[in-house]
Amino acid sequence: MSSNGKLLKLTLKIWRQKSRSEKGFIETHEMEGISTEISFLEMLDTLNDQLERSGKAPVVFDHDCREGICGMCSLYINGQPHGPAKATTTCQLHMREFSDGETIFIEPWRSAAFPVVRDLRVDRSSFDRIIQSGGYTSIKTGSAPDAHAIPVPKENADLAMDAATCIGCGACVAACKNASASLFTSAKVSQLALLPQGQVERTERALNMVAQMDEEGFGHCTNESECEAACPKEISVENIARMNREYLRASAISRK
Amino acid sequence: MKLNGNVPEGDLKTLWEQHKFNMKLVNPANRRKFKAIVVGSGLAGSSAAASLAEMGYNVDCFCIQDSPRRAHSIAAQGGINSSKSYPNDGDSVHRLFYDTVKGGDYRAREANVHRLAEVSGNIINQCVAQGVPFAREYSGYLANRSFGGAQVSRTFYAKGQTGQQLLLGAYSALSRQIKSGQVTMHTRTEMLDLVMVDGKAKGIITRNLHSGSIDRHAADVVLLCTGGYGNVFFLSTNAMGSNVTAAWRAHKRGAYFANPCYTQIHPTCIPVHGENQSKLTLMSESLRNDGRVWVPRKKEDVEAIRKGTKTAKDIADADRYYYLEERYPAFGNLVPRDVASRGAKLECDNGLGVNETGEAVFLDFSAAIERDGYEAIKARYGNLFDMYQCITADSPYDVPMKIYPAIHYTMGGLWVDYNLMSNLEGLFVLGEANFSDHGANRLGASALMQGLSDGYFVAPYTVSNYLGSNKQEKVSTDMPEFEAAEKAVKETNQKLLDINGKQSVDDIHKRLGKMMWEYCGMARNKAGLEKLVKDTSELRKEFWSDVSVVGENADLNITLEKAGRVADFLELGELMGRDALAREESCGGHFREESQTEDNEAKRDDENFQHVAAWEFKGADNEPERHIEELEFKHCIPSQRSYK
Ligand SMILES: Cc1cc2nc3c(=O)[nH]c(=O)nc-3n(C[C@H](O)[C@H](O)[C@H](O)COP(=O)(O)OP(=O)(O)OC[C@H]3O[C@@H](n4cnc5c(N)ncnc54)[C@H](O)[C@@H]3O)c2cc1C
Ligand code: SF4
Ligand code: FES
Repeated sequence: MSSNGKLLKLTLKIWRQKSRSEKGFIETHEMEGISTEISFLEMLDTLNDQLERSGKAPVVFDHDCREGICGMCSLYINGQPHGPAKATTTCQLHMREFSDGETIFIEPWRSAAFPVVRDLRVDRSSFDRIIQSGGYTSIKTGSAPDAHAIPVPKENADLAMDAATCIGCGACVAACKNASASLFTSAKVSQLALLPQGQVERTERALNMVAQMDEEGFGHCTNESECEAACPKEISVENIARMNREYLRASAISRK
Repeated sequence: MKLNGNVPEGDLKTLWEQHKFNMKLVNPANRRKFKAIVVGSGLAGSSAAASLAEMGYNVDCFCIQDSPRRAHSIAAQGGINSSKSYPNDGDSVHRLFYDTVKGGDYRAREANVHRLAEVSGNIINQCVAQGVPFAREYSGYLANRSFGGAQVSRTFYAKGQTGQQLLLGAYSALSRQIKSGQVTMHTRTEMLDLVMVDGKAKGIITRNLHSGSIDRHAADVVLLCTGGYGNVFFLSTNAMGSNVTAAWRAHKRGAYFANPCYTQIHPTCIPVHGENQSKLTLMSESLRNDGRVWVPRKKEDVEAIRKGTKTAKDIADADRYYYLEERYPAFGNLVPRDVASRGAKLECDNGLGVNETGEAVFLDFSAAIERDGYEAIKARYGNLFDMYQCITADSPYDVPMKIYPAIHYTMGGLWVDYNLMSNLEGLFVLGEANFSDHGANRLGASALMQGLSDGYFVAPYTVSNYLGSNKQEKVSTDMPEFEAAEKAVKETNQKLLDINGKQSVDDIHKRLGKMMWEYCGMARNKAGLEKLVKDTSELRKEFWSDVSVVGENADLNITLEKAGRVADFLELGELMGRDALAREESCGGHFREESQTEDNEAKRDDENFQHVAAWEFKGADNEPERHIEELEFKHCIPSQRSYK
């Protein structure tokens, strides 16, 4: 670990918006003495501390685990979902990625299916509804067979795990010019399609989850791959191809 | 008063089966007439809510986050224990039971732990059927590893993201029930009070975290699955929103708080970097399977490393003090967490800490990389190494990690009986929020097991038993009890907003955290604890006269949310001090300096303290009352733990 790092002077341009129906605007804040060792959210904590001390409303932004796993944090930072570092959530981003004197733009995810709640916080319940439409196996508690009853080829198990790594943050939607939720949805469809346990409900799952995605107002995928580039968990667009195959297969079967 | 754990009579091995048979059932057609409130959507909450809904009960489930999938359980890394014994290395229900009781330093209830070990196999079955992608061997069968000092490989894992995968499994089951209408999910809703009607838990008061609206919810039974209280230390590995509020407000309504001083300090966390730090990051315990813990033997090497004139690589092997390997040859780097944490503190107190603050030791992978190769180590720990590098800018492939202990888990919690019911009728407590199964120290990979055991396989039966054996008077939210509780919540919030003081909520929380860490951390003594009780009580008064909370109640207000939680932490901190003070012995995570062996190991006092301490609230300014539940050990005979 390097010493205590350098101190940065920064200009923040932050989106403020009281509610979904009110108009938002950019607010400017000058920050001094920000250590390169602290995280991006700790830098925002510092700002909020200053705001609260002067009796002003702190900037509302989502966060919880601060370890890159809960999917709560979001933010467009200088136009990039989760900021400049590859495969990194906003909460794991550190100030050493920024330089002295820099101006940083901080905005919420922008998508019709993710309405702004306040400032930088958006409503991502559309993602929950997509999972509710079929992202499960209908096994009741207590009725499962022995875990070793069905072996799963390691390769499939590993691919399922890679897909299951999705944290549901929504960066894929935020990065997509069509605001498509295909990467998120395909990660769950793929995980279950790759496992024997997911086979029985495979058809309905593909149909229902894709339908829900449309119903929520997400756009269509036109293979831009911006989602994969922005995804902090490096979920592969191969999952979208798999979902499309699942969907075609399901459509063919269900037409019978 | 002596508390009774309500453990049924009978042979330990068949106790749970027999109890399940003896318990009352609710017939399927009647279940829809009952409503359960489940507060929390972590492993315990999601699994309980989904299972109760599958049975046909109506469930209202609450969480603070914007989605149940984001509960703090998501962050668990290392794995989940189970007595499956797939590797055929001598594991069994009895061994898991025995290890857990011993690991807990003989301060847990035998019958509960045995049940936990029994149902642990079914948990894995359930999760696999849900599509949880556990690690597998090339054969296609599940992989296991040894974890946190266990001498058998009984830990199932999904890369370094086991909690995430288990929670997403439980969340998927919950989602299915939300879709079917059997569960009503209330996200971004914080429970702020428990409502008691005629001595029974019958509802809760919540605050909608977007609108600020204060609402009443009535039910036939209330399950608290609200997680642990590690954030009383301000800095911990817990998520930022983890708190004690739900449990504490229930405590103020009469629920006993058991063993609050039993907290777990995890040995492998990234050291503190500075005053702006908001939380600490755990590096999974699994790292100790291959990493070697050391500090330099010589003070001059320590100085050189701190100044940056030497690095770890410049220290010859003979000048490295692998203190765990030397002191505990049988277990080496795999001693239980409390022992490993105290070891690090001891060396750093001796002036051998390897960073600027003097509070860090090395965790070194060079020998493992040499032995097994870069690829093998990458496959095992790749994501953890990346996480470390992301935070510190150092690569553990090239230089040893620097680690230091941090608060990680709380064994204490609301007191519950064998049925997981608190002393308040109709109030059940599951997961980390209860005190039940880990005694004075929790073994690695057993919290996930307990959360899912409570939620999938225990509470569904015991809650049914409660509903089936008592006449449930229907209550409505118009009743005066609800009105009074709502009024009290509103008044407390208004009081916070009206203080208009000079200090921020975090200022006070940080000061509380420092006090807790100093006097109620890895080592405690009488004088320190007396000071803690006094200081926390003064800090609480300062909070209520000098804190500043901006904004309003009837609006989204993140400062008010924090303030309410810190107000509760302040009262809890004082109770932790009292509990630690009263327990004049060392046991597990609670190391009382006055009670140690000649070679500085923890010394239990079974004669006087082989009991659970459960505290009754008597008003914030009055001394709480300490009740006792005696513990009996018929199957695991207490011995002084030794890992030499
Ligand atoms: C970094 C880390 C790694 C870990 N790794 C492991 C591991 O490898 N193996 C292991 O066995 N254990 C591990 N643990 C411990 C384990 O993760 C937790 O003990 C366990 O997940 C707790 O689950 P829970 O369901 O009891 O609570 P949580 O998951 O904490 O859930 C609490 C829930 O309650 C809700 N809530 C809280 N208060 C309120 C309120 N007032 N109103 C409404 N809702 C509320 C929250 O929103 C949340 O939904 C780890 C812990 C940490 C911190
Ligand atoms: S696919 Fe990636 S970007 Fe999209 S929600 Fe999942 S983790 Fe986030
Ligand atoms: S805060 Fe949890 S992923 Fe960023």
